[in-house]
Amino acid sequence: MTLHITWVDWLVIGIYFAFVLGIGFYLRRFTRTGEDFFIAGRRNSAWVAGLAFLSANMGALELLGMTGNTYEYGMFVAHFYWIGAIPAMLFLAVYMMPFYYSSKIHSVPGYLKLRFDEKTRVLNAIAFGVMTLLVSGINLYAMALVLRTFLGWNWDACMWISAGTVAVYVTLGGLLSAIFTEIVQFFLIWFGLFLVSVLGIIEIGGWQEVFNRLPDSMGALWSTSTDPANNGMQVTWLGVALGLGFVLSFGYWTTDFLVVQRAFSSRDLRSARMTPIIASFFKMALPFIVVIAGLVAWVLARDPGTGFSLLVEDGSVRYDSALPMLIQRYYPTGLMGLGVTALLAGFMAGQAGNISAFNTVWTYDIYRAVIRKKASDAHYVRMGRAATVAGILLSVVTAYWAKSFPSIMDYMQAIFSWVNAPLFATMLLGMFFARITSAGAFWGLIAGMVSSFSLFLAVKFGWISANLITLSENASPMAANFWRAWWAWLICFTVTILISAFTKPRPKAQLAGLVKGLTPVPRDEKLRFYQRPGAMALAALAVFVILNLIFW
Amino acid sequence: MSEHRMLSIWFFVGLMLTVFGVIITATGVYFVFRPQQATVLAHLNPSLWWGLIMLTAGMLFLVPSLRTHKGKKR
Repeated sequence: MTLHITWVDWLVIGIYFAFVLGIGFYLRRFTRTGEDFFIAGRRNSAWVAGLAFLSANMGALELLGMTGNTYEYGMFVAHFYWIGAIPAMLFLAVYMMPFYYSSKIHSVPGYLKLRFDEKTRVLNAIAFGVMTLLVSGINLYAMALVLRTFLGWNWDACMWISAGTVAVYVTLGGLLSAIFTEIVQFFLIWFGLFLVSVLGIIEIGGWQEVFNRLPDSMGALWSTSTDPANNGMQVTWLGVALGLGFVLSFGYWTTDFLVVQRAFSSRDLRSARMTPIIASFFKMALPFIVVIAGLVAWVLARDPGTGFSLLVEDGSVRYDSALPMLIQRYYPTGLMGLGVTALLAGFMAGQAGNISAFNTVWTYDIYRAVIRKKASDAHYVRMGRAATVAGILLSVVTAYWAKSFPSIMDYMQAIFSWVNAPLFATMLLGMFFARITSAGAFWGLIAGMVSSFSLFLAVKFGWISANLITLSENASPMAANFWRAWWAWLICFTVTILISAFTKPRPKAQLAGLVKGLTPVPRDEKLRFYQRPGAMALAALAVFVILNLIFW
Repeated sequence: MSEHRMLSIWFFVGLMLTVFGVIITATGVYFVFRPQQATVLAHLNPSLWWGLIMLTAGMLFLVPSLRTHKGKKR
């Protein structure tokens, strides 16, 4: 199966590439200092930073993967967008951002240096750098695979052209360029893919009809979660709440520099706090693209009269073909080009996000911290540009590596639980308790990362049963991810506290601005309610609760 | 960073939506005169109305951002 592309579609795709490259060349003249290149000059409004915050996370792999997951697991996938994101984003905005932003750091590892010590920072920077390049390379591989499968394009050409384009515009304009293109890509994704859900609902006969045709196990969010056998994801509400809603979600949204970097680019603390809140409203809307499209595909595939089916390769169903198959079903010439461009935009937004975060962490937290401590600002900007090119090349190498070992894809979901889940425990303790020591943080982080990685290997190679981790029988790999993240978090949390109890904390005077109770609380009383982060976070929370109740 | 004269991000968003809106609308107009049955729901001509929605959204971003930019220049 390949999508039929005409010259009009090629025109749309060509304009998009010219457009993002043009933005890179245009912004180069505004990117001179390190502050410009790595933090976009800290001039962005909350809206710009907020949309970029979401867009950096909104890769096309996620769009394709989550639509496919919905086809496989049903409405449960909406948990990734609601409980798996919103509470964490709001917690970041209300409670954590004041510590991050007020300390004027360039990166998340930079906070670890200020709060704890250099070795904790470098440990996290290296783990983040390796994770980012791995994820970036595997994304690149998966993108080339998708484009080859659905469009019949050449594997190498897809990879080099899209990686090269990202390299050019991020090298030229740094984070500013990445943010500008991410926002353009945000709109492209919505305009390019939302129409699929709209047309699907029209074809089936209305919103209610889609849900009428779904069994309970596919159409419910919480009501089938008491028994894992009753829902497609085979996970209990406790697994969802602890693993996804608490550890994985908070670990990713509050500590992953890829997204948090966008908030650092805000012009002031209020804008930085509003960044995740604005993003949260759009995050909550994303299931109306991916989940609805997945449910539409499921309903159509069960009606023989529609002639709709997913791609089958070597006897197994390709769930990630759900979205491309719907695009092929509904989109005529022109719209087809827009749909393909939206997917490309998603890939490139994710790629640019990874690379702009990598170049900052490399330059500030590894190169400047360990290799060359004192150099001019211009030198670090040159290093940032070189790191961008090197990062892209390493991603390409990883992609070729993934091509020769396709099972590497299995590791991707697990990578976040190795790095982010323990880091969240360190951050949480470090930001809220002055008693936590540098030794506690360092060894806790190591214990959490090593235990998460060991648990993954132990289950993968059958040394222990997955049921031992998930506390239930017949758990899906997704459920194992949730539970492994929870255990990694708990181990890091416990070890950090235990070692801190026996080691000497830093004097409180040195922790001003870094720990709750020793940092001035921002006062918003004079602002209108829609300008207050606290009030808008409550509004977002209300929408989140209503959505969960509607789809209960 | 000399942001005083830098075009806002909303200009770029507006420009892109406008250009793509024009192209998609043009294909929709073409389908009015040469209807195609290659896709499901082709009779609804989604290109035409979706293209017009994109075009409108594009103009809503483009025009105010150009006005603001000219105001700043002056």
